[in-house]
Amino acid sequence: MSFEMPIEKWASAVNAVTIGATAADGGTRTSVVTVGGDTALPFLSFEGKSPNRPAIALEVLDVPPSEWPAPMAEAVGDVCQDTGAWACKCVEEFGADLICLRLVGAHPDQGNRSAEECAQTVKSVLSAVGVPLIIWGCGQADKDNEIIPRCSEVAAGENCLLGSATQDNYKTITAACMADGHKLITEAPLDINIQKQVNILVTDMGIDPSRIIMYQATGGLGYGMEYAYSIMERTRLAALAADRMLSMPLLAQVGADCWKAKEARTSEEVAPEWGPVAERGVVWEATTATCFLHGGTHIFVMWHPGAAALLRKTIDGLMSEEG
Amino acid sequence: MYAIGERINGMFKSVAAAINDGNPEPIQQLAREQLAAGADCLDVNVGPAAADAVAAMEWLVKTVREVTDAALAIDTTKPEVMRKGLALAGPGSVVNSTKGQQEQLDIFIPMAVEYQASLIALTIDENGIPRDANGRCEIALRVVAAAMEKGLEPDRLLIDGVILPVNVTQPTPGHVLETIRNVKLLSDPAPKTVLGLSNVSQGTAQRALVNRTYLVMALAAGLDAAILDVLDSDLIDAMITSELLMDQAVYCDDFLKAYRSRAT
Repeated sequence: MSFEMPIEKWASAVNAVTIGATAADGGTRTSVVTVGGDTALPFLSFEGKSPNRPAIALEVLDVPPSEWPAPMAEAVGDVCQDTGAWACKCVEEFGADLICLRLVGAHPDQGNRSAEECAQTVKSVLSAVGVPLIIWGCGQADKDNEIIPRCSEVAAGENCLLGSATQDNYKTITAACMADGHKLITEAPLDINIQKQVNILVTDMGIDPSRIIMYQATGGLGYGMEYAYSIMERTRLAALAADRMLSMPLLAQVGADCWKAKEARTSEEVAPEWGPVAERGVVWEATTATCFLHGGTHIFVMWHPGAAALLRKTIDGLMSEEG
Repeated sequence: MYAIGERINGMFKSVAAAINDGNPEPIQQLAREQLAAGADCLDVNVGPAAADAVAAMEWLVKTVREVTDAALAIDTTKPEVMRKGLALAGPGSVVNSTKGQQEQLDIFIPMAVEYQASLIALTIDENGIPRDANGRCEIALRVVAAAMEKGLEPDRLLIDGVILPVNVTQPTPGHVLETIRNVKLLSDPAPKTVLGLSNVSQGTAQRALVNRTYLVMALAAGLDAAILDVLDSDLIDAMITSELLMDQAVYCDDFLKAYRSRAT
């Protein structure tokens, strides 16, 4: 008796979104990243296609990191004192597809850098690397509304990805994105209903859904990873069923989530039974990323180059089956 | 739910007048309004008054096609009018409709296959409208068998349980709900189900309320499509909310707006 593979037929696809603009498109990037376009659940190549490879961004900060875990300091080295040089190392040495610049130094409690200072940092990173940029505010709504428009302006035409629009604070960043030709990150606190609502709010302002990337404030391994996975899966199913307000590609901040975990940070002296700290955080981050890869994440914002390398290897293997 | 807008129908005086005068504007306006209100498909019916029904259907379909590529449900009992409408409307249309007797199935099923259309089949045959759900399902089963035999996939078949006005026959709404549930068991994949919704409220004093309540009940029973007044926004709100409550759409606070933005 012959076996017939049960095949799901889907009505729609995830949007394909391109980040970065080369000279031909009015920018100065030497490479661009396109994600999404999937017509089936992740890597079910017998049901549909994932035409675009998931992308890896490495995160850099506008100020030297404080309270960094030892394995991070060791992997990145002194270059973390200079944002441009740090970004350059992420691309040239660690192979990042994008740079995620997080403007933590703008936070009123962490340096309160001005909009102009932030804009200078954006410019320095743009000139240091040729890959597309993700520019993320400090997370304090009022301050982000000050710095993001200026950073957006100095990067006009570069087709960056700006983060993030939330249910309570979306107007300024959406307007900046539209004015300067960028893509937008919409954020929700691990809640698919709020994610959809934010997408409606920003598209109501006139931004096209094809210019949006979605970010659910995720949890790493041991801190809600399964729940994040289930939301990713449900989001993909909604996209494939033609829910236009959930058809955008997904981004995950894997590095930031994982390196908060005590399992990634605690030293061997305190917890010898957990094994060498040099490996623990890397594996924690790579494991979480692998899970989210199967959940349908398109852009991974990673911290550790070792974890990024492990993720890249997994992507290589899965994409080779995509044909 | 697949929403088929009912308003381009010569039974309405304004539509009959537009057809009679060859005036495209009222027809095109109705097409645009119904699509904006959430219609997935537009029913087109030249009405009983047209002197030359084939020519009237030709004019009506061409007039609608000038403003939209949306699917059209060609609404007539006359094979020559149906053929003209399907040929002009293009693939993805809906044959509205055939009855269950063999001689009609022999005409309309091959026509649906030829023009790559879906087919609405009424559970009526030479003996009229069955008095209960079993009678309706018997006819539906014959239709499903005939469709399979002639190469029309079950998911392009829409079984219409034939609703009658509630003030004429009160048990019928219940029979039709039972039909909707049971038709799903006839084949795998199952045929779809459809209702000519507004008929349930014909001649009643609370037409919109009766339509709205019955649509919600029918959706809960598994209804896939309806020919209805999409310009009744309360009715469409109830439809959208029903789908939400049945987990067919992801909730968000602006779920009505989310549904209505899906096609723009």
